[in-house]
Amino acid sequence: MEALYYPDWQIRRILRDTNTIAMVGASTNWNRPSYFAMKYLQEKGFRVIPVNPRAEGEILLGETVYASLKDIPEPIEMVDIFQRSDRVPPVVDEALEIGAKIIWMQLTVRHDEAAQKAEAAGLTVIMDRCPKIEFGRLSGELGWSGINTRVITSRRSKQIRTH
Amino acid sequence: MADDRKPAKPPGFETLAIHAGSAPDPSTGARNVPIYQSNSYVFDDVDHAASLFNLQTFGYIYTRIGNPTVSALEEKVAALENGRAGVATSTGHAAQMLAMYILMEPGANFISSTNLYGGSVTQFTHTFAKFGWNCKFVDPGEPENFRDAIDENTKAIFLELLANPGGVIVDLEPVADIAREAGIPLIVDNTTASPYLAQPFDWGADIIIHSMTKFLGGHGNAMGGIVVESGRFDWAQNDKFPSLTQPDPAYHGLTFYETFGDFGFSTKGRAVALRDLGPTLAPMNAYLILTGIETLPLRMERHVQNAQAVAEYLEAHPAVAWVSYAGLKSSPYRELAKKYLPKGPGSLFTFGLKGGYEAGTSLVESVELISHLANLGDTKTLIIHPASTTHRQLTEEQRIAAGAGPDVVRISVGLETIDDIIADLDQALDHAMAKAAE
Ligand SMILES: Cc1ncc(COP(=O)(O)O)c(C=O)c1O
Repeated sequence: MEALYYPDWQIRRILRDTNTIAMVGASTNWNRPSYFAMKYLQEKGFRVIPVNPRAEGEILLGETVYASLKDIPEPIEMVDIFQRSDRVPPVVDEALEIGAKIIWMQLTVRHDEAAQKAEAAGLTVIMDRCPKIEFGRLSGELGWSGINTRVITSRRSKQIRTH
Repeated sequence: MADDRKPAKPPGFETLAIHAGSAPDPSTGARNVPIYQSNSYVFDDVDHAASLFNLQTFGYIYTRIGNPTVSALEEKVAALENGRAGVATSTGHAAQMLAMYILMEPGANFISSTNLYGGSVTQFTHTFAKFGWNCKFVDPGEPENFRDAIDENTKAIFLELLANPGGVIVDLEPVADIAREAGIPLIVDNTTASPYLAQPFDWGADIIIHSMTKFLGGHGNAMGGIVVESGRFDWAQNDKFPSLTQPDPAYHGLTFYETFGDFGFSTKGRAVALRDLGPTLAPMNAYLILTGIETLPLRMERHVQNAQAVAEYLEAHPAVAWVSYAGLKSSPYRELAKKYLPKGPGSLFTFGLKGGYEAGTSLVESVELISHLANLGDTKTLIIHPASTTHRQLTEEQRIAAGAGPDVVRISVGLETIDDIIADLDQALDHAMAKAAE
């Protein structure tokens, strides 16, 4: 498989301009990775709406859990997929239906065909990345844990969101 | 114009040595990394505190587990090794303990090269045994020796690429293959080479250890250690590493590898090993080492240049029986040096005097400029007789296996004017010869 590459400016722009994210596969269990990501993104000012048929109607981190993307009663800008790669295509179809602009597949999640379909429809697709880790990397917060962000800068502020 | 479809050329080593991890301080604009001499960091509210303790958000809690000066250094060294993440420790020895703490269980073992710093041999043999961690030593001259020693309880292979005390280089690539086939990580102590001279991750190492006390700090003024992970080892490929792949009872059932992926090993090292064992690097020491690293490339170039001149001088001296420096034509490690240390085989090496133990001890007692002490990787040239000092706790057999036999003298060639280093050795060798003739 071809290595994936996304320039920092593209990731930074998505994380700066997006406000509403639907998280497909959000877990209600506090020690699952999706819970970590949802909580972090909320702290950074994103509205994150959880999607998980097994937890439909429950309240997760202050948000109602929906069974599917189509059940969400408000517009969604980005769909963040926390599901195995083979379960991506139907999620992408629904994301197209609800008019999302960005599809983001989590670390280890990748489906090139579904991505091509979404891109052909004019969407932006990011695969095999975590928005929490990318936010932490580009804002410099990841370096607080001794992680190599690969960001070299002589500028003072690495702030991503101003709102 | 820059092409956005592929990564830009990564910055060079010198740029990373100066800038990686060291962006301006966001709140004050301070251009140099400040010394954050603070034990704790305020929480915004109870919820923020909970997120931090649960590792759900990034941030500082308490300096035992993280500090802004220390993390700048961790990121810098991780970048220099082209690794994913680093966890700094109070000393190099603590780094070895921290790495092994993550991998080992009582009754487990690891395989180590015999050619190690004497203190590491002692740590592995006696102190680790008290934790129920067993070390099996093998001669690294034949890579297959590592394979032969592996059993179902083996968790790692450990070696020094450019071994202390001197001149021995281990053929890394075949050992990395053996580790990969066994599904265990290869840990390389890269202290004596520094990341400027050797890049063990390029040859298949999975974890790199440094005593930053040595060349990284480089000025003999701060102790420190670090564990760097490549981020490429698959901890879930077998069931050998439950502390990374199973829910951790010491962390409310969190599974580190699944949650933190390619920096799961380091996160475990910080959130559990640093937290519970406590060998934290002091911010002041991190600051001194950060400052030292900015000139690492320049210093290493001169260290190597001076070492080559000293080795050639010694080899031609009538009182000297042998010189073990991989930069010499006479060294059996010359080819390995070209492969793994293309910019030069460091500045730490050993030599033997024809007068044996007596001549060796009298040489180290006769130096005037060169310092007789136990350390290496300083701006100052350092000399020691390992059999009577650093390798003293070993048996005679272990000493010889480690390259620290009775006649061995170890030198760490520093950055003084080369003629002055050689002149001091010259007068000290005269003394040693006169003493031997008595
Ligand atoms: C190769 C090597 N590894 C590890 C260590 C231990 O480092 P520290 O003295 O910082 O604990 C040393 C110290 O001499 C060393 O030379």
